[in-house]
Amino acid sequence: MVVLLILVSFITFVIFYLFPSADPAQLRAGRQPNPQLVEQIRHQLNLDKPFYAQYWLYMKQLVLHGDFGRSYQNNIQVRQQIFDRLPATISLTVGAAVVWLVVGITVGTISAVKSRSAIDRIAMGGALIGISAPVYWLGLVSLYLFSNDIGVIKIFPGSGSYVPLSQDPTKWFTSLILPWLVLAAAFAAFYARLLRSNLVEVMGEDYIRTARAKGLTERRVVLRHGIRSAITPIVTAAGLDIGILLGGAILTESVFNIPGIGRLAYESIQNSDLPMIQGTVLLGAFFIILANLVVDIGYAFIDPRVRYS
Amino acid sequence: MSPLLEVDDLHVQFETEDGIVKAVDGVSFSVDRGKVLGIVGESGSGKSVSMLTVMGLSRARNATITGAARFDGQDLLKASNDDLRGVRGNDVAMIFQDPLSSLHPFYKVGKQLVEGIQSHQYMSKAQARQRAIEYLGMVGIPDPARRFDSYPHEFSGGMRQRAMIAMALVNEPRLLIADEPTTALDVTVQAQILDLIARLQRELDMAVVMITHDLGVVAEVTDAIAVMYAGRVVEYASTLDIFRSPEHPYTWGLLQSIPRLDRPRDEPLIPIPGRPPSLITLPTGCSFHPRCPYVQERHKQVDPRLEPLPDDPSHRVACLLTSDTRKRLWQELSAGKAPEEAREEVVEGGFT
Repeated sequence: MVVLLILVSFITFVIFYLFPSADPAQLRAGRQPNPQLVEQIRHQLNLDKPFYAQYWLYMKQLVLHGDFGRSYQNNIQVRQQIFDRLPATISLTVGAAVVWLVVGITVGTISAVKSRSAIDRIAMGGALIGISAPVYWLGLVSLYLFSNDIGVIKIFPGSGSYVPLSQDPTKWFTSLILPWLVLAAAFAAFYARLLRSNLVEVMGEDYIRTARAKGLTERRVVLRHGIRSAITPIVTAAGLDIGILLGGAILTESVFNIPGIGRLAYESIQNSDLPMIQGTVLLGAFFIILANLVVDIGYAFIDPRVRYS
Repeated sequence: MSPLLEVDDLHVQFETEDGIVKAVDGVSFSVDRGKVLGIVGESGSGKSVSMLTVMGLSRARNATITGAARFDGQDLLKASNDDLRGVRGNDVAMIFQDPLSSLHPFYKVGKQLVEGIQSHQYMSKAQARQRAIEYLGMVGIPDPARRFDSYPHEFSGGMRQRAMIAMALVNEPRLLIADEPTTALDVTVQAQILDLIARLQRELDMAVVMITHDLGVVAEVTDAIAVMYAGRVVEYASTLDIFRSPEHPYTWGLLQSIPRLDRPRDEPLIPIPGRPPSLITLPTGCSFHPRCPYVQERHKQVDPRLEPLPDDPSHRVACLLTSDTRKRLWQELSAGKAPEEAREEVVEGGFT
């Protein structure tokens, strides 16, 4: 895990230096910089050292002091900035995950049980649309239809209305309803399809026949025996997807103007703000690795056959 | 007294993209209380589908089921799903071929038994657990209280089938359907499982339907045998008659393809030539005729019916040869003649 994170940080560094980007010192120096000032800033930020030396200094600070450095842009501590932005991203991701899991599992189960019926076809057709619709398009359409500023039906707070949970839970909730639904749509559709195909397959298994032969109710056969097996890949997918989103849901955060990690990353890339880019990338990598770990451990709880091997 | 289970003219058809599959095509048999019936046939002969249908487990959108299956007077084919659920696992229980895939891999074996108990009886968790342990012990699982908490993958093949049997018997069913219960097991374990089923059948005085493709398996445990071919019963008689005086060429083929201790060891086994027919396009006339060594021109047009023998009404055969000819053919075959030789021999004496 640690090795992986070091690798990720190094690659980010290399990419930053290999590819052309604006000179951070120039950007920092303001609109009409004189050469001395630029040079001075360059020296301050260690930009005059070779990149491996810069990497070494960065890693030393990070490992010894847990210090991600300061933003080239506005001198704010990267760590502070990330912690400020994290709650918004967590709120968005966790809420959306709840929505997509509930919707995806419910729709997938109904579709599988009523496989090949009209309900199934409608649900799966809808899911296909859900998967195909890009988040930014869906986000803009939903704002156009339902937001209380530009919307046709003004029922939900619009873009940029995010309020931290600690400030006002009600406003926090209402402001996130649209982003949750928009972010969850594609995932819910994907999960519904995944669960449906899994469950249809599982329902043909011998142990399902056994469960029926025991005289269990069909409801119990589906819920306790069918879904129990069919849900395994869902857990994997959910773990990884949540991990990825915690590293920043760039599109949704941008469309709804939510101050989360995704927007932070987007802005810092635009500003060639290496410490900030590095911080957000490392955070994203950390969440993905953590998610993998959680999924692996979760597997052992779900599937007893994994426990001993 | 009427039989415990009476299957009467059962038809099961499945509509598929390739055509209508006549999986079961007019099957009748009955099982008396406390008796054992063997249903023997190749894969695809309809033996499993018949019993799954009796259990209501083949009710699918594309299935057409006609006929009757009276269990203790109640027609299971017409029973509502709810009524059937009450019968399944309670009055009629079933065990399957592959015990590994038939047990849920994610649940402890004991829990799966408890679930079966609690779905038919009001019983506290502790009581159900006690009962599950008792039955696990009864089927010969050592240290059942500890094994209660094991998962199926921690059991050996034989132990899993024992657990399946325990799970089937836990509500004291009056009829146990065993669908190829030993096919997936090692030979040494096969005998143990058969002995176990036979012992429990006697002790619990329950009726058993044993489905198998191996006549050798059912020889010792059954009272009567129905031989199935291409969705029909072609011979139906007491076990003794099936082995001593079988009258259907297909039964002869089955008997000659199992090794016997009373024959010279170097005597080759005689396989039945050909393959089972497609159930979508059955052969005309007798459906066994393409594989039958004694086929006559007439057999390709006329469909034989299952009819009692003139001298033994309890022994029924669906064959167009006369009973007399069949008896002589079997005599030649039992004397060690090959089917062709037997045919020569009997044709000389007037083949009908």
